[in-house]
Amino acid sequence: MSLGPHPHDAALLHVTGAARYTDDIATPEGTLHLAFGLSEVACGEIAAMDLGAVTQADGVVAVFTAKDLPFANDVSPSAHDEPLLSDGSVHYLGQPLFLVAATSHLAARKAARLGQIKYSEKPAILTIDEAIKADSHFEDGPRVYTKGDPDGALKSAKHRLHGSIEIGGQEHFYLEGHAALAVPQEAGDMVVHASSQHPTEIQHKVAEALGVAMHAVRVEVRRMGGGFGGKESQGNALCVACAIVADKLGHPAKMRYDRDDDMIITGKRHEFRISYDVGFDADGRLEAVTFEQFARCGWAQDLSLPVADRAMLHADNAYLLPHARITSHRLRTNTQSNTAFRGFGGPQGMVGIERVMDHIAHHLRLDPLAVRRVNFYASGGSISAKTKPQTTPYGMEVEDAIIAELTDQLAQSSDYEARRARVAKWNATNPVLKRGIALSPVKFGISFTLTHLNQAGALVHIYSDGSVHLNHGGTEMGQGLFVKVAQVAAQSFGVPLDTIKITATDTAKVPNTSATAASSGSDLNGMAVLDACNRLKARIADFLATRFDVKPEHVAFEDGHVSAGSTRLSFAEAAALAYQNRISLSATGFYATPDVAWDRIKGEGRPFFYFAYGAAVSEVVIDTLTGENRILRTDILHDCGRSLNPDIDIGQIEGGFVQGAGWLTMEELVWDGKGRLSTHAPATYKIPCASDRPEVFNVALWEGDNPAQTIYRSKAVGEPPLMLGLSVWLALSDAVASCGEDYPALATPVTPERVALACKALRS
Amino acid sequence: MVTFLLNGETVTAQTSATTTLLDYLRDTRRMTGTKEGCNEGDCGACSVIVTGLDGVARAMNACILFLPQLHGRAVYTVEGIAGPNGELHPVQRAMIDHHGSQCGFCTPGFVMAMVAAHSNGATDHNDQIAGNLCRCTGYAPIIRAAEAAALEPVPSWLQQVLPAPSVSSFAAPCSGDELAEWYEDFPDATLIGGATDVGLWVTKGLRDLGPVAFLSGCTDLRTITTSDTEIRIGAVATITQLLEAMALPHPSFAEMLRRYGSVQVRNAATIGGNIANGSPIGDTPPALIALDARLHLRRGSTRRDLALEDFFIEYGKQDRQAGEFVEAVTIPRQSDNLRCYKLSKRFDQDISAVCGCFNIAVEAGRVKSARIAFGGMAGTPKRALAVEKALIGKAWSEDVIEAALPEFETDFAPLSDMRASAEYRMIAAQNMLRRAYVESLGVGANVLEVRP
Repeated sequence: MSLGPHPHDAALLHVTGAARYTDDIATPEGTLHLAFGLSEVACGEIAAMDLGAVTQADGVVAVFTAKDLPFANDVSPSAHDEPLLSDGSVHYLGQPLFLVAATSHLAARKAARLGQIKYSEKPAILTIDEAIKADSHFEDGPRVYTKGDPDGALKSAKHRLHGSIEIGGQEHFYLEGHAALAVPQEAGDMVVHASSQHPTEIQHKVAEALGVAMHAVRVEVRRMGGGFGGKESQGNALCVACAIVADKLGHPAKMRYDRDDDMIITGKRHEFRISYDVGFDADGRLEAVTFEQFARCGWAQDLSLPVADRAMLHADNAYLLPHARITSHRLRTNTQSNTAFRGFGGPQGMVGIERVMDHIAHHLRLDPLAVRRVNFYASGGSISAKTKPQTTPYGMEVEDAIIAELTDQLAQSSDYEARRARVAKWNATNPVLKRGIALSPVKFGISFTLTHLNQAGALVHIYSDGSVHLNHGGTEMGQGLFVKVAQVAAQSFGVPLDTIKITATDTAKVPNTSATAASSGSDLNGMAVLDACNRLKARIADFLATRFDVKPEHVAFEDGHVSAGSTRLSFAEAAALAYQNRISLSATGFYATPDVAWDRIKGEGRPFFYFAYGAAVSEVVIDTLTGENRILRTDILHDCGRSLNPDIDIGQIEGGFVQGAGWLTMEELVWDGKGRLSTHAPATYKIPCASDRPEVFNVALWEGDNPAQTIYRSKAVGEPPLMLGLSVWLALSDAVASCGEDYPALATPVTPERVALACKALRS
Repeated sequence: MVTFLLNGETVTAQTSATTTLLDYLRDTRRMTGTKEGCNEGDCGACSVIVTGLDGVARAMNACILFLPQLHGRAVYTVEGIAGPNGELHPVQRAMIDHHGSQCGFCTPGFVMAMVAAHSNGATDHNDQIAGNLCRCTGYAPIIRAAEAAALEPVPSWLQQVLPAPSVSSFAAPCSGDELAEWYEDFPDATLIGGATDVGLWVTKGLRDLGPVAFLSGCTDLRTITTSDTEIRIGAVATITQLLEAMALPHPSFAEMLRRYGSVQVRNAATIGGNIANGSPIGDTPPALIALDARLHLRRGSTRRDLALEDFFIEYGKQDRQAGEFVEAVTIPRQSDNLRCYKLSKRFDQDISAVCGCFNIAVEAGRVKSARIAFGGMAGTPKRALAVEKALIGKAWSEDVIEAALPEFETDFAPLSDMRASAEYRMIAAQNMLRRAYVESLGVGANVLEVRP
């Protein structure tokens, strides 16, 4: 069968260095290299800009400022509030002010540092507190979702707690920094090679910047060296800059950010503060909860509204909130414009409710898992036909819950209870080192919450030799989308996988695509490809049925052959015969996710087609003297429905977990008092390395089909596993709690410093 | 002009002194398999294998390796490690079979680090790839691949040969004497050992360095010798060499060096560079100061030596004159009482927030001697003299330790930065003394020693 375990389609190219990324494309003679001159202050106006030294620097061919831009000076994916080059105002330290085109990458970088800029500085709003104080925000006011009567239920609750947690942001740290290459064509047309999750948006922004229609711009993306959401909108600036220079000067233009520039210019995962007020009974069962979420969005809107929406939509995680109010503040600050990052606000929302669970359990001196279990959404099976399914705070029925049984299975396979007892015993005899253990669940909503994005297209050709050319709107960033979708096509045609040629994403082949984001890649594009394959098969079947006098439904595609009654042709023979008989062997396919519709202002309806579930148990050890800590063991059980490719899915789960654990432990973004990002390179911003993964790391897939009608009943897997990393933060909380009576209330990331200071506080 | 072997073929490159191997490969040769991830030696995406004059193959970061450093060496890139008929190296095969690549951008660097380890028979896989960052896989499949490849023999086609000797057109002295002579003529020049620091002056600072000399050919400055009285470490000895040399006499120092940089960085970085750059957060000075090391300086034919701690005058200022260079550092032979504690956000390949080194000898329950030195607590690597004084001659006891803790405030007034707050630095430094005490009682205080 074509579905099932299979290596990444480009693995051979990866290990031999032959896989081509944007910066590897051989550039034509005369290609110019670009760099941005960046703001040195966080807020103010440009009083004077002297670029004489820039212009005269070695290798410089041209220098551009906002006034040199012929058409739209905007690279925003949403609100037209993000000029490519400053229009005179400065909104963050690192904002592009001018653009240098030079004969080499190094010459451009050197010249870009020579600008003499005078600023009229204004007080910058850098922190959440400063933004609240200044009432600096996007949208007209906070968004509020309400379910039931939270204030009344809080008043009557037997137990009540309140608190607040600071949740740090996260740098994407895709290993391949942003890069783009624009090659001018005849008659003002432009071809752009980009490292982007969203070629159509690049096409759109480049067309606006050049003052041409979208049909004049073609964008191609073969692969990215990692994306994680950081290449959903943040590549617009490079592509537009290259296109403008290429258009103006008639030379190809290329731009790639040096790592420091990449980190200083581009947005990151949103930093949040979440405060809560919760009422519950003696078992820890929630009666009511209110959350106030504060998101630090940065200087431009970018994707912050849907990110903040998704944080609200995951304020329940896997738990029934009988009465709830979720208030979301989208704060505007003079920092990088925060953007999409794997989970898209969902992880922060989940941290809020998982903190509540942990806090309740500590207060009641219960096992946190027991508190979680009494609050889980009831599984569909146990309440079917008797009661209405339970609803989320936004009124969506949770029809597919499996979290209770999935957790039971994981608790058993990981030996949770016995290990929890062993941890307590070990801690009693170890004065300096302490262990902690925690199980945390994930329920993640699958679909773009901007409903119209839930569509995809595909283009499939069968050539007369029976080889198949596959194209769709999704982009490959390492997640294995291309091989999964190729497996869908191979399965559909009944041919070996190597019959299918995977090709670069190209806006000229499949138009009007959505970003490869929201974990939706294989759900959407797999279905669109299947639709195209089915159309082609129907044409071939109709033809062969006539030709060999059988009913079309008796034409079968399997084992590399097409059989029509007793006639058996190889797939290639069938293709050749169809061609010779003037049957079209090219088809487009299309898919639109059914059943999703909601009101994002009221927070009511069905934003998601289904939910993906998972759970993780992590055990950690901390040094109470220095705060140093590490993960000893992690067990994961994750729900991919009927997996399209278990090897690829397990890779997503392992990698997502480590990335999530990194976010919550060692990855710390630090800005100085002037708004300068201090952690702008891997020397100072530390993502996990090999020894940081759990020493024992058991990952298994939940067995069960997706009840929703997805591609071969699989489930999306890109984002949900990241949130399995919450188990590490909760295990650290458990370990620190062994130092005293108080609740540790750990903010994230839980660096060694935070652990040490929390241990000290609990002991004194 | 420099000459070296590139994937088995002799190449001669016209180059500036500070053209990096990475730029040469990608821009000049259009060999794009080697990737730029960070351009500062912290991600490993540009890892290549360099066979040194000793014939040993080592992983190095091409992004901070200047071409003149390669003169007379042999370089393998990811394009060169498959067999003559395209047979994959066992590491490449295993990376495919075990799903070790996702986005694939870090993969060539991983492959090269793993091939170097495989060639040398190293199976401490976590350490061997600590200098390679992957954002996709969570590393588990890469380690599985490394374990699988370790079972396969080294392919016959990987040859450790060197090019025919020739003369570099760059200043590349072959001995301390030659260096001394050259440096007298160019006293303001930049001396380049492994370029793990100077490399960033070029790739990040975008500086033009002026005259430079490459020191790795100074074979007499590369040796580590042990006599009855001292261990003498030549200034151009790499951290890899130092790690090996410290494994027996001072294992805690060696364990700290295991976490110094990465394999790639340790293979290039020199002890002389780590001292002479005067960084307040270099990891070798605190350990060496705690061991009572002396620094040996030379200018022309004039030599002098001083206690290492006296070399560091204040932040950015060392006791070194123009034209004077570090020749060696010597450690007196002693029984081992050294405990080194390196504290950072990440265990591997991270610059210390605090590095505390304790050389405390206890006899009959009393502190006979104590030399304690810290990095990250002041503008220079610095001794904790007040703390030492509060311990020497006293009972080695919890009461004495607790009474000594306030003396840290006498010795240090640390700063806050992106690595740690001043408050935490102080608490951590004090708690390192507590740790040294409890560890001497056999109480577990190292999370790295805890098994699941």
